[in-house]
Amino acid sequence: MSRDSSRWLSWHTVVVFGFLYLPIVTLIIYSFNGSGVGGFPPRNLTLDWYRMLFADDAIWTSVLNSVLVAFAAMAISLAFGIPAALALDRANFPGKVLFRRLVLLPLILPGIITGLSLSILFHDTGVKLSKLTIILGHGTALISVASTEVFAGLQKLDRAQEEASLDLGASYWQTFWRVTIPNLRLSIIGAALLIFTLSMDEIAVSFFLIGRDNTLPLEIWGRLRRGITPEINAISTIIFLFSLIAIVTWYRLRTGEGKAEIAAEVVEAGQPS
Amino acid sequence: MFSRAYRAAITVPPLLWIAVFLVVPYALLFCYSFWSVSSSQVIVHSWSLDNYRELLHVHVYLQTLFRSMWIAARVTIFSLLLGYPLAYFLSFYAGDRKDLFYQLVIIPLWVSYLVRAYAWKTILGSDGVLNTLLQYVHLTKHPLEFLLYSPFAVVLTLTHIYTPFAFLPIYASLEHIPRNLVEASHDLGASPMQTFWRVIFPLSIPGVLAGATFAFVLSLGDFLAPLLLGGPSGLMISNIVVSLFGAAYDWPLGAAISLCMLLLVLALLFLSENLEKRWSFR
Amino acid sequence: MSTMTSQSEAGRETPGTARSLLAIHNVAKSFGKNPVLRDISLEIAQGEFLTILGESGSGKTTLLRIIAGFESADSGEILMEGERLDLQPPYRRQVNTVFQHYALFPHLTVEENVGYGLRVAKRPKEEIATRVDQALAMVKMSAFAKSKPAKISGGQQQRIALARALVNRPRLLLLDEPLSALDANLRRQMQVELKSLQREVGIAFVFVTHDQEEAMVMSDRIALLRMGELEQVASPREIYSRPATAYTAQFIGHTNLLKGEVRAGVARCGSLDWPVALPDGPVLYSLRPENLRVTKSMAGGPGVNVVRFRARIRHRAFHGSTELLQVECVDGLKLSVRTAGSDPRQDDLELEFSPEDAIPVRPSEERA
Repeated sequence: MSRDSSRWLSWHTVVVFGFLYLPIVTLIIYSFNGSGVGGFPPRNLTLDWYRMLFADDAIWTSVLNSVLVAFAAMAISLAFGIPAALALDRANFPGKVLFRRLVLLPLILPGIITGLSLSILFHDTGVKLSKLTIILGHGTALISVASTEVFAGLQKLDRAQEEASLDLGASYWQTFWRVTIPNLRLSIIGAALLIFTLSMDEIAVSFFLIGRDNTLPLEIWGRLRRGITPEINAISTIIFLFSLIAIVTWYRLRTGEGKAEIAAEVVEAGQPS
Repeated sequence: MFSRAYRAAITVPPLLWIAVFLVVPYALLFCYSFWSVSSSQVIVHSWSLDNYRELLHVHVYLQTLFRSMWIAARVTIFSLLLGYPLAYFLSFYAGDRKDLFYQLVIIPLWVSYLVRAYAWKTILGSDGVLNTLLQYVHLTKHPLEFLLYSPFAVVLTLTHIYTPFAFLPIYASLEHIPRNLVEASHDLGASPMQTFWRVIFPLSIPGVLAGATFAFVLSLGDFLAPLLLGGPSGLMISNIVVSLFGAAYDWPLGAAISLCMLLLVLALLFLSENLEKRWSFR
Repeated sequence: MSTMTSQSEAGRETPGTARSLLAIHNVAKSFGKNPVLRDISLEIAQGEFLTILGESGSGKTTLLRIIAGFESADSGEILMEGERLDLQPPYRRQVNTVFQHYALFPHLTVEENVGYGLRVAKRPKEEIATRVDQALAMVKMSAFAKSKPAKISGGQQQRIALARALVNRPRLLLLDEPLSALDANLRRQMQVELKSLQREVGIAFVFVTHDQEEAMVMSDRIALLRMGELEQVASPREIYSRPATAYTAQFIGHTNLLKGEVRAGVARCGSLDWPVALPDGPVLYSLRPENLRVTKSMAGGPGVNVVRFRARIRHRAFHGSTELLQVECVDGLKLSVRTAGSDPRQDDLELEFSPEDAIPVRPSEERA
């Protein structure tokens, strides 16, 4: 390939990475800045904001709520997403195409629509908004993530293994638990990690389903309406670190499968077709 | 091949869940869009097209919708302009470091949206990092007002959020191009530039369409970035919906707008899908 | 040929009488620490059908790719009619390639695929149309002009790949194992077609394969490559009847290898001996199974200009028109013998061969 275009492309890549990471890096730097979130250059290196953060009960309550919601959402998404993936991969039934599109719809639709329509449902059925409603909302929205990941894992599954198991005398159920699920282990773990991370950050759906208990993003959101403090920088930095660990772990788990497949799968994750 | 019990077990639970928590809510949304709200804030179940008439005739709704689409269009274009060369570089030039670069691109994708939008807020404000930096190096005397609370801020932030989204499908489609096609093109006398336009780009179009669809649809329905950074001039259609479900309390009207958005999105998805099929050669 | 020839004879070719098209001088290539090609020198004549034959890992594909321009050699140079080819990028060389998996552009029709090189060169539309039609007719694929590659079979794709390359009238056509993906019958058919096509267009073909039968059937000359070095470059007939090394003798066809020693003008391999005009020293002979004959005479003893000996049949393999016998001599030496047929009741044989059929070959050691 020609020298010129590769040089131009390299510069472009540097610029794009700069653009992507600049805000995050700024945020982290200013979380240590004594003079607050703005102003250049940063001075007064301090850990005060972190100290404030750790003493802030409301934040930690919301973190707890978020973690609770995330685990519950994970459970729901996997419990319904794994069967959905299996159904899409193996079963034929009337309305299968419609089913597939419906399952994947919340991924591509702006979260506001999913959140709104669910809040109408709860309103009309008299269900009070609370952690439960948030859990139901997240679970619904994230079933698509679970089913996409597991579906991709199923594509790679060697049918011959299942056939061998049946041939050796195991029933369908036994084969499912002894052969199918273990082979899907990586997909399921990857899906779980992804769902957890997405749930922790979820705002759009949660916005409409929140009761008295805040999740972490909504707690931060509330404070932002009242005014900016560097404490938010501090919690953001911590969120960044956790996201970093989560996503690198997720990626490493899947590394054996090849990069293009992963890229393709994440793409599939967003396409309702 | 599988027993009926097994088949029932894997189809029925998800179907039920989807029916209860997706189909019914959408159906309710549909119904609400035809109802109205009384002055005492009670939802009245009287069917009419009043809400839709209001949407068409009261200026602000269509105006905001078009502004939202224009913002979404700009976000899409910029995301593609940033994301395509990045994907191309990773796929064809990065060699051994492809893996590392790929991780570097997807990491911001999973870092909290709110965190990133907030970060831009601290950068773009009149006391923010960028303005004080510019003043510090004496490039400007006064803070640049247009940076924050403007459509500019919304476009910038959303481009930041959605560039990795645009990147992913483009990268996937580029990776799927067999390298021997590139060699064959060179073998037949085409320079790298000619090869790009005649072979690589046409084969990457499905990825470009997918990325563009993502970026457009998701930024169209976004309400967070406008709320944080848009100011009055950067208001988008979802913000109107949010207030109709909040302080302005007109659920039916909000439902009508949501339904329109839903239909618009579905139409775009349908269009995009068909275009992708036409351009897919596998 | 002396058994003590030096390394400098490695890859010595039989000089051709035709004009030289491509001259490869001392090309070497390593991937990381792994040397794939070591010091290759080869001349390709105008209009000849040369096959680069070798096992996987021999470097044959790498050599082809260096000629095409997809890899660059670490050292050495390639000249085409006197000009440096290796300094040019692939899109400027007058060389075209037929790829192993065809590499047809999936988004273009067959017609558009074939015309690709001409469009890139900005030839006038009428010229492109005419030449594409001719090329398609030449490979008998005119009916498929408007189809997409995904809709045609492997064998048909292969013809299109051929047409796409030839339509540009290159000076040299490279073919990277183009027939390996086809089933046996189609393969044999294509071998014949390719050979006659080459005669028709008169362009030099450089054909890469691991199949020695294919190489023998199609080539004017064979360049046998082993672990990055040329073992021998010669016509099929010569490479078969006068192999230079043990590897060559075994890779092409079947052979028996006889280890022995020359002392005072007599070669002695186990219990066999015959007079030779060679200096003293260790020696290795290649003896083809078909050159061992079953004699009627059971009298034993030396015949005129033949080496005679007894052996016992250990195994018979029926091959239709011939039989392949595994025999064992009195001293334990095992040989393969090809005969027209043998008496199934008789296990003891008297065999003979002519000393000139025992070809001295260089031993082939393992290379680092």
